[in-house]
Amino acid sequence: MAERQIELTAGAAPIEGPAIGDFVALLKPRVMSLVVFTAVAGMVLAPGALHPVLAAIAVLCIAVGAGAAGAINMWYDRDIDAVMARTSTRPLPAGRMTPGDALGFGAVLAVGSVSVMALAVNWTAAALLALTIAFYVFVYTIWLKRRTPQNIVIGGAAGAFPPMIGWAAVTGDVGLGAIALFALIFMWTPPHFWALSLYRSGDYAAAGIPMLPVVAGSGETKRQILLYALLLMPVSLVPTVLGVAGLAYGAVAAAMSAVFLALAWQVRRRDGHAGAPRLFGFSILYLFVLFAAMIAERLVAGAL
Amino acid sequence: MPRLSELHKRRRVRNFALLTVLLGLVALFFVMSMVRMGGW
Repeated sequence: MAERQIELTAGAAPIEGPAIGDFVALLKPRVMSLVVFTAVAGMVLAPGALHPVLAAIAVLCIAVGAGAAGAINMWYDRDIDAVMARTSTRPLPAGRMTPGDALGFGAVLAVGSVSVMALAVNWTAAALLALTIAFYVFVYTIWLKRRTPQNIVIGGAAGAFPPMIGWAAVTGDVGLGAIALFALIFMWTPPHFWALSLYRSGDYAAAGIPMLPVVAGSGETKRQILLYALLLMPVSLVPTVLGVAGLAYGAVAAAMSAVFLALAWQVRRRDGHAGAPRLFGFSILYLFVLFAAMIAERLVAGAL
Repeated sequence: MPRLSELHKRRRVRNFALLTVLLGLVALFFVMSMVRMGGW
């Protein structure tokens, strides 16, 4: 009887309700995997040690916190997600879930992940996790994303916090090494997203998001990508200079940064958005390889 | 009533998922407490 009432009164809401997979999609699993990877790197590189169980709980909290921020982002951006081809099949614009479900899910996970981090690990890591979620939701999603082409430059800080949280989980504070890892992701984010927005600018324009190619044109975007790729080279070597990483990492970082720069130069030189998808793909590989090199170097050094 | 049956099935899956999450949280807090108290 109650189910019949739901069917009769649900209106535009989905009758069956969201599936488990829809809740998983809200967490942005692909973004979460990169967040977890960089957070683990922060934990491995930090001086000191953390009980393996607490380390696993810290990683879980960071993953869930990142997912929570993604869910709240999808709740707020449901109107523009419906306009863009890339995001139109997400649970909210596709009508498989109500906005309230998404917001409630995100809020519960955000509070839960920060609380467990504070109870299980330490308050510094919990405070940084709370700051990351708040920064992504309020500063990036609500404030900057629809207002300025610098949205991902400043908003990129949210994605740069995870290694710092991992570091703080081990040490209880934020050292120079953590800041170096933060700076690496912070400088990497703009060329990564601008490469994507070069060949997706139509989508962003239709949704009214002032991405750099939409506002300033592809020529200026390519110039900015090149500039950031140039700056990324010295920033990627800072971990070696500070002693957080060794010479092997330094060699890998120099080689990968040189390729990044060469691809950015090709994008700048060629017409239209030729080369941009390749640069976008390489940028993901770049971050993965650099952090993998740091982790591998530390693990090998520890084993010897 | 195939519609209702589908609704029941989905609800059952969601309820089991919620039960799993709650049991997971109980286990998490137990393990966390043991480690923090130096038991493990």
